[in-house]
Amino acid sequence: MEINTRHLIRNFAIEIILYGILVAIYFFLVLRALSPWLTTLYDENLTLYAFVALLLIVAQSVVLEWITAFLVERLGLERLE
Amino acid sequence: MEFPISGVTINPFYLVGIGFLVGILGGFFGVGGGFIAGPMLFWTGMPINFVVGTDLAHMTGKSIVAAKRHRALGHVDFKLGFVMVAGTVIGIEIGAQIIELLEATGSVDLVVGIAYVIILLLISGFTAWESIRALRMIRSERLDVKDVIAFEFVSRRMHSIKIWPMISFPQSGIASVSLWVVIGVGFVTGVLAGFLGVGGGFIRMPMLVYLIGVPTHVAVGTDLFEIIFSAGFGTLTHALKGNVDIIIALVMGTGAAVGAQIGAVSTRFFAGPRIRLLFSVLPLIGAIMVLIRLITDSGGV
Repeated sequence: MEINTRHLIRNFAIEIILYGILVAIYFFLVLRALSPWLTTLYDENLTLYAFVALLLIVAQSVVLEWITAFLVERLGLERLE
Repeated sequence: MEFPISGVTINPFYLVGIGFLVGILGGFFGVGGGFIAGPMLFWTGMPINFVVGTDLAHMTGKSIVAAKRHRALGHVDFKLGFVMVAGTVIGIEIGAQIIELLEATGSVDLVVGIAYVIILLLISGFTAWESIRALRMIRSERLDVKDVIAFEFVSRRMHSIKIWPMISFPQSGIASVSLWVVIGVGFVTGVLAGFLGVGGGFIRMPMLVYLIGVPTHVAVGTDLFEIIFSAGFGTLTHALKGNVDIIIALVMGTGAAVGAQIGAVSTRFFAGPRIRLLFSVLPLIGAIMVLIRLITDSGGV
């Protein structure tokens, strides 16, 4: 049990570090690039902005869930769930 | 980092932190967490209209992640979720209409504030009391079960209402219940959510457990599934009014994605009554926050 807990914490720490790196890349590449376009869209076409906003939040969640689930699986965390 | 849509400058790591914290709570308790994320966003200097809209957008994303994880654990009753959504949406609209009527009288803030505090305190007190009783039952009767409800007669009485059509929810272990009872519960939670201006997770989760008799773990997962629709609908309506800073919601979502998975997976290590006992603290925090605001607004402090 103790070994399992240690294993779980170690794998979780690795997952957080990997995830942190991915999120940092995502910040600088995707969000910074999207920001000016979304601001213009917000000022010029609020209806389109509303639908794009909903689409983006849904898409990001699905992709992030897929990435974290992939990391969990690759690091063997699922065996301890 | 500057966020030009809402015109605020916030450290993105602070936003990721909020997302992570609210994600854990949401994944574990099946709540949107707006009563915690809202004030934390407000403290950054963000205008209140953006706080509400942006929080709903973040809630939508977080609920997708948490509900997907709960689905993998077998904790989502899709059939129940879809049936309840119908009642919830109508209820939210009626709750919002009540607010408009109260606004005409000029006493909306006080009435909603007092109702909010009373309802939250009742939920908190009852859930704590019931879960302690259930935990004692497990200990004294040496029950080897994952979930026990001390007030099972309430849901049994609800199941005894035989108004056609009757419907079953095998995922929740419910053999037969009137469709109108389920829609009715969704409707009541919707009215309260619309009236109080919240997502309603902390009202719906205990109602699913105590009134419909859904096991706690399934109630958490199904509640999150419902929040996807209610918060998604709210996001769209608020975004059309220009109240959503989607960049902030996306940044918060990166933290929430991890937090929600941790919260969802953690439910596996806790029995139903223990989850409900921990849950009972959340409405209490919400009630205290509103109480402080009411006292401050009235000049009492």
